[in-house]
Amino acid sequence: MILPYILRRLAFLPLTLLLVALATFVVLRLTGNPVDIFLDINRTPEQVEALTKRLHLDLPIPAQFLLFLGELLHGDFGESLQFNGPAADVVWQRAGATLQLAGTALGLAVVLGVAGGIACAVWRDRAADAVISSIAVAGQSMPSFWLGMLLIEFFALQMRWLPTSGYGEPRHLVLPAITLATILLPNFVLITRTSIIELMGEQFVVTGRSKGMSRARVLLTHILPNAVNPVLSFLGIQIGTLMAGSIVTETIYAWPGVGRLLINSIFHRDVPVVEAAVFFIATIIALSNLAVDVLQMLIDPRIRRA
Amino acid sequence: MKKRKKRLFGKRFKITVGGTLLAVAVLCAIFAPLIAPWDPDQQDLMARLKPGFWSDKAVPGHFLGTDNYGRDLLSRLIYGSRLSILVGVSSMLLSALIGSTAGVIAGLKGGKTEQAIMRFADAQMAFPDILLAILMVAALGGNALNLILVLGISRWMVYARVVFGLTRSLKQRPFVEAATLYGGGDFYVMYRHIVPQVAPVLIVVATLQVAQMILQETALSFLGLGLPPPAATWGNILAEGNTRLFIAPWIANFAGLSIIALVWGVNMLGNGLREHYDPKMIGR
Repeated sequence: MILPYILRRLAFLPLTLLLVALATFVVLRLTGNPVDIFLDINRTPEQVEALTKRLHLDLPIPAQFLLFLGELLHGDFGESLQFNGPAADVVWQRAGATLQLAGTALGLAVVLGVAGGIACAVWRDRAADAVISSIAVAGQSMPSFWLGMLLIEFFALQMRWLPTSGYGEPRHLVLPAITLATILLPNFVLITRTSIIELMGEQFVVTGRSKGMSRARVLLTHILPNAVNPVLSFLGIQIGTLMAGSIVTETIYAWPGVGRLLINSIFHRDVPVVEAAVFFIATIIALSNLAVDVLQMLIDPRIRRA
Repeated sequence: MKKRKKRLFGKRFKITVGGTLLAVAVLCAIFAPLIAPWDPDQQDLMARLKPGFWSDKAVPGHFLGTDNYGRDLLSRLIYGSRLSILVGVSSMLLSALIGSTAGVIAGLKGGKTEQAIMRFADAQMAFPDILLAILMVAALGGNALNLILVLGISRWMVYARVVFGLTRSLKQRPFVEAATLYGGGDFYVMYRHIVPQVAPVLIVVATLQVAQMILQETALSFLGLGLPPPAATWGNILAEGNTRLFIAPWIANFAGLSIIALVWGVNMLGNGLREHYDPKMIGR
């Protein structure tokens, strides 16, 4: 019963990725000629010709796109212009760092956000709610890179507890993960709070209470299981925000991930790497959304029947 | 049931505080030449990276200190509010215009038009807006007009979805049906009956979006994809401050404070308006 659904959703995946490929291609061909930007003034005509050939710039645009798609099917984005080696490999080498950072941050944001949201809903309109909700709204107003700078200022420069940047050991991960988590955290607090408060007015909750169940029991057995799905679907939407935030966070902390590579490659007009990086990010988002959809179906029988 | 306590922060509080912060920022932007003590681009290389009033190393006249070129930070922040607010508000207006037009058309026409518009909106929703903005700025180059265009295009779906839902339910209401039966054309119905009904919701969404747009602009500037450096925008000042975090932390701190004060104010105003216009939302 679930399998056909998953297969149907999987069938849409190539379509989504095709759109992403098209968007990336169109935007990057607007940037001007990579040959002009990449080669310096002392270039020889032979160099120009070689690079033009390598990027297929001598062919008409539709043909370029078809070639691009064909290569894409083989996982081939062409050779990187900055680094020697295939663009796909360059991106792939940095994928681990990005997934590590994004995964840790997402975990932090979900756990703390859901806990905070539950606290807000349970103590609604009391001091705890006012404080947590206000901090959440303030957090939504905080430019993440400024938070990153404040954390560096305090924990790295003043207290010297943690490194300002670097990669490899767990202590390098602390500040970047906190920074990235803070982008999502307020949203999770507010959405969890709203979902639970909404559920508190439902008939099955009122009935439970009037039968004499304790507040805690109603919360555990009636409200929380029903709050999982709205929070999950929100999580699906937030994956895009997470990946976007990861670009900024990686730039602040010089984290060797795909996001920083992307920005760096944009400045160097390293078109193949930019294409591969954008494609990687879009694929992560599409796959995560698929995973969220499937999870929701496994959890909630109502979605399965619909 | 226990009687509900009065909310600690009511809508009046939110609207007042948020509105005041926004008003102060807008006034600063409008009267920048009158308020700012210095020309924001005037360099003084003898007074580089001097701290402000809190330090005894301060140079008189530079209340918040100076940056790497000896430019007055306070003046740059005051002038910076111009570009940040201009970009934030204009791109909001552009995306509201595109999005609500698309939403109304999709809601009124239905069928294939609806499918085409709303599926496209869904597809763009799946693509991170800042990534789209990054690519487009990289392609088109960073100037104020491009930034407004890019941010406007990257967020229209938010309005399209909200307006579409409302229009679809309004279409079945008697007064809209009556107007259509009397021979009112699409444009007439849209303009006289749908838009006034949708307006309050649109105002709330738009207010909250201004906050998002200002944040996006600063993020783009931080990544080096905003307005090119000599221009004083809050994002640029923050990005410059980031490279001198150790020797001149005040640059980044004051730029960050300005951004958070304005964005928080706009968010408060938006939340307050939401509670005001939509009684169902009270208590959320």
